[in-house]
Amino acid sequence: MTDFTPPTRRQLLTMIGKAGGAAALYQAMTVLGHAAESQFRGPPQLTGARPGARVLVLGAGLAGMLAAYELTKAGYAVQILEFQDRTGGRNYTVRGGDTITELGSTQKVQFAPGNYLNPGPWRLPYHHRTVLHYCQELGVELEHFAQLNHNAMVHSKDAYGGKPQRYRDLYVDYKGHVAELLAKALNAGALDTAVTVEDKARLLEAMREWGVLDKAMTYSKGLKVGTLRDTLQTKVWETIGFYADHTMQTTMFQPKGGMDHIGKAFAAKVAHLVRLNTRVTRIAQDHAGVTVNWTDTQTGAAGQSSADWLVCTIPATVLGQIDVQVSDAKKAAIRALPYGNSVKIGLEMKRRFWETDYAIYGGHSFTDQPIGLISYPSGNWFGKGPAVLLGAYPFGTGDNPFSLGGYMLSAMSPEKRLAAALEQGSVFHPAEYKAEFLSGASVAWSRMPWILGCCAAWTEDSRAAHYQNLVSLDGRVVLAGEHCSYYGCWQEGALLSSLDAITRLHQRASAA
Amino acid sequence: MRRTIGLVATAAATLLMAATLADPGFAQDHGGQMKTDATVADGGQAIFEQICAACHMADAKGGGTPGARVPALAGNKNLANKDYPIILLLKGRGGMPWFTGMLSKAQIAQVITYVRGHFNDYHDPVTEADIDRVGSTNPPVPDCNCGH
Repeated sequence: MTDFTPPTRRQLLTMIGKAGGAAALYQAMTVLGHAAESQFRGPPQLTGARPGARVLVLGAGLAGMLAAYELTKAGYAVQILEFQDRTGGRNYTVRGGDTITELGSTQKVQFAPGNYLNPGPWRLPYHHRTVLHYCQELGVELEHFAQLNHNAMVHSKDAYGGKPQRYRDLYVDYKGHVAELLAKALNAGALDTAVTVEDKARLLEAMREWGVLDKAMTYSKGLKVGTLRDTLQTKVWETIGFYADHTMQTTMFQPKGGMDHIGKAFAAKVAHLVRLNTRVTRIAQDHAGVTVNWTDTQTGAAGQSSADWLVCTIPATVLGQIDVQVSDAKKAAIRALPYGNSVKIGLEMKRRFWETDYAIYGGHSFTDQPIGLISYPSGNWFGKGPAVLLGAYPFGTGDNPFSLGGYMLSAMSPEKRLAAALEQGSVFHPAEYKAEFLSGASVAWSRMPWILGCCAAWTEDSRAAHYQNLVSLDGRVVLAGEHCSYYGCWQEGALLSSLDAITRLHQRASAA
Repeated sequence: MRRTIGLVATAAATLLMAATLADPGFAQDHGGQMKTDATVADGGQAIFEQICAACHMADAKGGGTPGARVPALAGNKNLANKDYPIILLLKGRGGMPWFTGMLSKAQIAQVITYVRGHFNDYHDPVTEADIDRVGSTNPPVPDCNCGH
């Protein structure tokens, strides 16, 4: 390959688009640094479906319900089989009166009317255009989700004697100290080989204004609250980086009243197609069609459903345990996909002390303790009466899909989780946190009996070896869900995957 | 000229914010960017109770229903071969993550030794050398026997 010339960016993106589909292209564009807009181009145009062609959909989460919604519109006869006694999957909200059933425990949620916890997805970035599109199409009311709050806090055990600091103070200190150091390096001529004379002058001006330096180019003004060492010990750059991450940038939204309003809006269109309490035991296919064996979890009765095509959104954790008639390559892909874990804990407090006593309206206070963060509710600001804050959300960081905190909290009983969340969260609001606590509820994803994990954890190696095998149309069977996307653990990924899957299916069905 | 400007811009961006563009593998939602300081007490029993019990439950009997089951570790014949659990902790499978980013090699050895000896009758210890031996061969993940 001596005559190899590197592809241009456009050629590269075209190649990726052809090989990996639209979702891969989207992700590649993100990584290559383009302003990444979802490649979503509007609902799929599935014209020319054969009259009477039948599609069976396994799973009534967002991917399954979107598939059913669009395929029905296109003229297919659709049936959905769902394991749980409700639709929505991980699009899930718990409220007072709800029961949370995990392996080994049952909780009765005691929140006041109107209060809720979103145990799964909880925020919608502005660039998740597929989710936003269907919220508009289905009439889901969205409100602002406060993602970045300069007045929330950052806690690190090793900094400031373990006393949390306001993010705004740490951010200003970080800018100030870094600007002062860069100005010193510039003025000492340390970067003269790297910058032109003109750019050096501009950079010095930038550092003075950006870092709020004085005339001597030192960070000495009244804004300063901590030394360079104090500032570095907080590792505040991790939080600054979090807010700069494309997937975490503002603007964000949430469905008013709970994330499950999206699932309910889809269910309003397709619930009549859903058979609940149906546990799939076997998936078979031949040249004539697909056959799915199942057991009714309420009656124990066995049954069978058949169709021409199958869209399977069962999570890989469960699908890997079911007898599925697909290629060995697809089976290997299903089994090569470990899932991460997370826990969300909702704590209902008697009053919004974070608003009245701390002037914190939404956003997150981060900690290096196992709970990871606490997050203040975005809805109903200034509301009277009890409110629910998120008392824990340990999950992987951007470069590690797993977090120890998620497993540590999951391993506890629901009662011990609440005690741990109250203890750890008290660092931010020591006088109020335990005194104002009313009740709590938690969901440990590794113990949810219908998924046994949170969402799929890919690596570059597993993507290369298995991704195309996972998403390919295999005879009459295609998989869909966040695990079949380049936007894992996001509803956007589940929906993009579903559109990709039904588009492939429709092309094959139309050609057949 | 353009190149020097580019270099400085890159250096400044790196200095001012952690590199956060999502890795193709991990473009997932995540809690925060702060590395948790969560530490698991050393010792096989402590690690089992704090971590493994999240799925396999405190009695190591797992749970769930047929087709959606967390395997029992108690009385699990797959553990007779110590390489089997080592591979799973290094690589993950199904609902189980890989633990290389969460536990030290010593902790992985301790917890496997505990599970094999306490919930089963396999008393030969697993050592860090065993972890290195298995890890160096990059073995395939054994087929899923979930449900047993």
